[in-house]
Amino acid sequence: MTSANASTTSEGRSGTAVTGFAARYVLIGMYFGFVLVKAEVLSWYRIQEMFRFHSFHMYGVLGSAILVGLVTVWLIERYQLKAVNGAAITFTPKDRSWARYLLGGSLFGLGWALTGACPGPIAALIGAGLTGFTVVLLAAVAGTWAYGSVRGRLPH
Amino acid sequence: MLGYNISHMDILLDALRGPWPWYVAGPLIGLTVPLLLILGNKRFGLSSNLRHMCAIAPSKNPFFRYDWRREGGWNLLVFAGIAAGGFLGGVLLADPAPVQVAEPTTAALARAGLDVDGRLAPAELFSWSSLFTLRGFVVMVLGGFLIGFGTRWAGGCTSGHAIMGLSERQWPSLLAVVGFFGGGLLATHLLLPLVLAL
Repeated sequence: MTSANASTTSEGRSGTAVTGFAARYVLIGMYFGFVLVKAEVLSWYRIQEMFRFHSFHMYGVLGSAILVGLVTVWLIERYQLKAVNGAAITFTPKDRSWARYLLGGSLFGLGWALTGACPGPIAALIGAGLTGFTVVLLAAVAGTWAYGSVRGRLPH
Repeated sequence: MLGYNISHMDILLDALRGPWPWYVAGPLIGLTVPLLLILGNKRFGLSSNLRHMCAIAPSKNPFFRYDWRREGGWNLLVFAGIAAGGFLGGVLLADPAPVQVAEPTTAALARAGLDVDGRLAPAELFSWSSLFTLRGFVVMVLGGFLIGFGTRWAGGCTSGHAIMGLSERQWPSLLAVVGFFGGGLLATHLLLPLVLAL
């Protein structure tokens, strides 16, 4: 059980702390998964509307989500807010390159449009009873495995 | 106008069933970013879970040899929670009305040979039996493979780059999002019509 306790938390290794640690992330996931269903952003049809520019819905969802993220991250930086465990929240700049982002991003975009799903929505769709998406998940794990095998030969 | 016989509980349940407009759902999705930062000092990003799942299996590849419980245990819990949230929202509190699709999209899909069926994703492509059709197999297996390969190469997906990365004002994430949309447009307008014709 102690393995679930991240080294970054100041919590002890008592059973309740581990349970609290686990419950926190499961609850955040449930919250997110519930909203994904209610916004229908995990719908293959909504993704089709988006890439055909036939509906504003997806752009509204993504745009307002990013806006809330931008403002809250700015507030955390501006007031140097700390995490509940007392640790400082810091942001690390990503590597400044272009190949991996444009090429890898395009490949993901192809998969996103074909399946109408990204990793989060895949989990929510399986939970929502569309169990065929287990195949999509397994194929995605295989894709990540394949990337890990050839990554030394790819531009980054 | 609401009748007097409608109880508050009915109104609440009706609202919970959805669908929710973008201006409700979008900000709620955005709140996942500060929730994870404040409650766990963690960065929102779900595609890493695909790597953690690889790391669970024994491998000689150093890319998959790390302590997945310590690095990714929290994220796998989020992932499992999302499935539970999907069950809550998509089964227990499912919206009884069929999914509405914009008229021009319905028409374009019909021309490509796919009928809108009111589900979250067309059963014709994503049911277990469709796995044994050529187009179902290509959409599920090739599509899934590209998600896994592309997200790890790009270092993130819609959550990690489009939402978290852009919220942090990371320029590489903007590049990634440009890639996401470029690939998505290509797949929707060139690849999908070919696949649906299979």
